[in-house]
This record gives sequence, structure tokens and C-alpha cells, in this order.
Amino acid sequence: MGFDQYHEPAAELPDETRTFARLCASLTEEAEAIGWYEQRLAVEPDPEARAIMRDAQGEEFKHFCMDLEFLLRRTPLWREIAVGILFQEGDIVEHGEEAEEEAVEGEAARGAPLAGSESLGIGSLRSAH
Amino acid sequence: MSHLLREHAPITQAGWRLLDGEARRRLAPALAARRLVDYAGPAGWEHSATNLGRTEQLSDSPQEGVAARQRHVLPLVELRASFAVARAELEDAERGAEDVDLEELDQAAQQIARAENAAVFHGWAAAGITGINEASTHDRIALGDDCERYPTHIAEAVDALRAVGMDGPYGLALGPEIHTHVLQTSEHGGYPLLEHLREILGGPIVWAPAVEGGTVLSLNGGDFLFECGEDLSIGYEAHDSDSVRLYLEESFSFRVATPEAAVPLAP
Repeated sequence: MGFDQYHEPAAELPDETRTFARLCASLTEEAEAIGWYEQRLAVEPDPEARAIMRDAQGEEFKHFCMDLEFLLRRTPLWREIAVGILFQEGDIVEHGEEAEEEAVEGEAARGAPLAGSESLGIGSLRSAH
Repeated sequence: MSHLLREHAPITQAGWRLLDGEARRRLAPALAARRLVDYAGPAGWEHSATNLGRTEQLSDSPQEGVAARQRHVLPLVELRASFAVARAELEDAERGAEDVDLEELDQAAQQIARAENAAVFHGWAAAGITGINEASTHDRIALGDDCERYPTHIAEAVDALRAVGMDGPYGLALGPEIHTHVLQTSEHGGYPLLEHLREILGGPIVWAPAVEGGTVLSLNGGDFLFECGEDLSIGYEAHDSDSVRLYLEESFSFRVATPEAAVPLAP
């Protein structure tokens, strides 16, 4: 079994980072499976086989969403950017740029912890008026 | 490994999540200053002083013909509040107990939050910190016992700030006792006093443990500067077979850049 979801020596990684990496790998696999089923569905003429594939792809949609939700819950900055992009009408790229700018600036203004810090990450508690 | 030495504590990752989460939950409501003043940082544990941009001419120089000046800095202070957690409680948490006794942690959180608030609002001479109320150039306004007079007093404070060019929105820090009175009071007609005060201020009303009376201050920014070195963190001190000794710690400096941007309120 390969361990190539780790790019650093696994023994040096905290448990939380290893779990995070496993879910990132899982998210990738689910996305790949969704793509594969999409291709099979595009070429399969048998309605019964198509129904099974459609059902299987639905499972992958669910797995992908559960993986994503887990990762977003563990990564507040990612979640904040995602909130600005997902389920929004309009220009996706524009939403992406705006969400990133707001989230990163907001994080800096709140006094986000330094990389590798073990602080409680409280920072500023001031809200916009 | 950081100086917090967390890896040396006999605490699992789930245990640390429990302790960090509890600390955050207890600290956030009590850290009144952080709701009202500018926060910069965290710059890290090794950050030792705030640059004040000021110098002093030295009368002595190592070489004739060479003038010498020395920079002024404001050293950061370190606050630390120790507490103990029973190992049996941490073990029960691992088993799924929901009512884990973390009372000492809760007390330490209150103590360090009170210390931070007191330093920011009332100053700390030994640390070279001048508090907002100490620095203010305005006369102190007495709130008195009659809560229904509070809108008049707060409006007076807001007018005093406007008169010296300090624009709104304004924030209000209130000591716990006065804050409770405000929450409990409805004016004639049943309108909550809290809402009336918010309308006058245009900004938040903050529960401020360790603050005597209160403060009305401009929220425009650049007037009250909290500089964080290490943000609040839990570190490890020692352990035996019964308990683990830990501590809450932070380092910071605070300075008032615009003394006229706040009006102190007496109880």
C-alpha cells in the first residue's frame, strides 16, 4: 500500500495533519471516480447499466461532499473562501477573487495565528460596525 | 518544539482540543479590550518591544564630534496564569464524559482576561502601560445609580468626543455591575436601555470585567494600539500521577496614541 498522500515524513507529521492529508486524498479519489462515471455514462448505451452507474456516481457525489465538509470544518480560512464561492449566482472567478481577498484580509485583521503556532488563535475580537 | 513544551504533557490530542476549546470559550467573552481597540500581531514569542519611533539625545558620545541618540521602545509584558487539571478528569473526557471539571482553567482564563482589560483601560505603571482612562484628556463623567440617566451621560461623552474632532462610531466598555444594570433596565415605554445606548453610540456595548465604571471611545482606529507578541496560549509546566500543571500565557504591549479619543466614566 502506498503512502503517497504524505509529502513530508509521516512520522514527523501531527495526527491532525495526517488525518487532513488522508481526507484530501479521499476527496481527490472521489472527484476522479465522479469523472470516470461521467465518461462511462457518456458512452454506455444499456439503460440498466446506466442506471447502476448513475446510482454509483450519486454515492461518489455524497462521499465527495462529506470529505469536503470535513476539510472545510477543520480549515476556517478555506471555509470562509468557500462560502463566498459555493452556491452563488454570477461570475465564479469574480466571486473567487473577492472571497479570497476578504477572507485573507479578514484573517490578518483578526490576528490569525502565525504558521506553526500553538496559540488559541483568538486575535482581535473586533467586528465591523 | 515551542517554549510551551506541550509535547511533554501527558495529554492526548483530544485532551488538548478539549482544553484549548474550553479556554477559547471562557476567554472570548471576557476579553473586552480586544473588542474595542486596534489589535496588531501576533508577532511571536520572540518579539520583545514595540517601536515608538521616538528617540532621546544622549549627552555622552563615544567619540567627540559624533552626536548620539537612543531609540525609545515599549517592552512587551508577559502574563501567565497557572492552573491544574486532574488527570482522572482528562481520562474521563477520553471515555466520553461531557461534564469534565476544568474549573481551575476557567478561573485562570478569567484572571488573565481581567489583567489584560485592567492594563488597557486603567494602565499598569510597573509595565510602562498608560491605560485609556488614565490617558484621557476629558473630564470623567459620573454615571451614578440612576440607570435612566445613562443615555444623557453617554450622549454627553459622545458630544465631548465630537467636540474635539473624534468622529463615530463609538464603543462603550462597561464594568460588569453597570453592564448588568443596563441589561435589566427598560426606559419609560419599555424600550430597552441597551438599544437606546447603542443608537447613541453607533457601536458596540462591551461587558468588561476588571473595568471600574466604563469608557466611551472612538472606534475610528489608530487611537488605541494593542500589539500582541504571543497570543493567548496554553503551555505545560509539570505533572505528577494526579494532575497536570499548565498555564495560560500571552505577551503584549499597549499604548494610547490619541488621549482625547476616549471619555472615562466613573461608577
